[in-house]
Amino acid sequence: MKVKNNAFDLDALDFEILKVLQEDARRTYTAIGKRLEIAHSTVYDRIKRMEKYGVIRKYIALVDHRKAGAKFITAIMTVFTDPKESDRVAEKLCGAPEVLEVYTSLSEELVIIAKVVAENQERLHAFIANSVAPLPGVLRIRTSVITRKFKESPFSVANPGSYIYKKKV
Amino acid sequence: MSKRVSRILRSLSREKAFYFFTSIGNYTGESASSLKEFMYKINEVNVKSLEFHFHRGDFEKWVAEVLEDKKLADGIREMQKTDVTSDVLRSRLSEVVSRRYKQLINWLRFTK
Repeated sequence: MKVKNNAFDLDALDFEILKVLQEDARRTYTAIGKRLEIAHSTVYDRIKRMEKYGVIRKYIALVDHRKAGAKFITAIMTVFTDPKESDRVAEKLCGAPEVLEVYTSLSEELVIIAKVVAENQERLHAFIANSVAPLPGVLRIRTSVITRKFKESPFSVANPGSYIYKKKV
Repeated sequence: MSKRVSRILRSLSREKAFYFFTSIGNYTGESASSLKEFMYKINEVNVKSLEFHFHRGDFEKWVAEVLEDKKLADGIREMQKTDVTSDVLRSRLSEVVSRRYKQLINWLRFTK
């Protein structure tokens, strides 16, 4: 990894380390070193640097909520907003524990797309009716409750487009 | 009494307004922040929204808990005994709410 002009570039070895970590973040430096045929001290240095510069943000457990006994529904909520109020609406949504992800999109109209979880449909509706619809700038809302999940995986350095890892520090 | 009537007819904050949905999580963009506005909106919103809220008991709940008009809430609840839908629901609901609104306005005028 080279740090130059307040930006850094990951090299091929950094990407290889990230790939291995994204398969299993609990692998030891030695195990990663063996797999990539490099010294564990090199692995350590590279990982520490990527942590320092925020390339690796954190290590978390992927929990199967169904197996953990949690019962909830997930919905995708599209909020049509007044463009002047859009950022404020998005910020408010970010502060709600029911909201997992928030994005904005500009197609024909400026919309905020959010992934929402709730115990059941009634709680979902209450959240949207009491906490989202009254926000200034909300014009209307479309919500789809997810009935079946076919795939969910985080973005990986193995995916196409990994050049996005060129990032300002 | 006039204080109670004025309270029923007051304008509400955004948080206490009635927001019209057509189904779970689908907000039409229409809201009512007073009994007067509610009366007008009944004639304007998508009839699906009226059906959705009517069958869930949302109207009577909002009228009773937010506007604090037990008499109107009872009137709306009474409607649920008959199976009304679509435009019949709109006209009946409009009739019940308009009648009550006029009654309250007249009461205020009469006592001033």
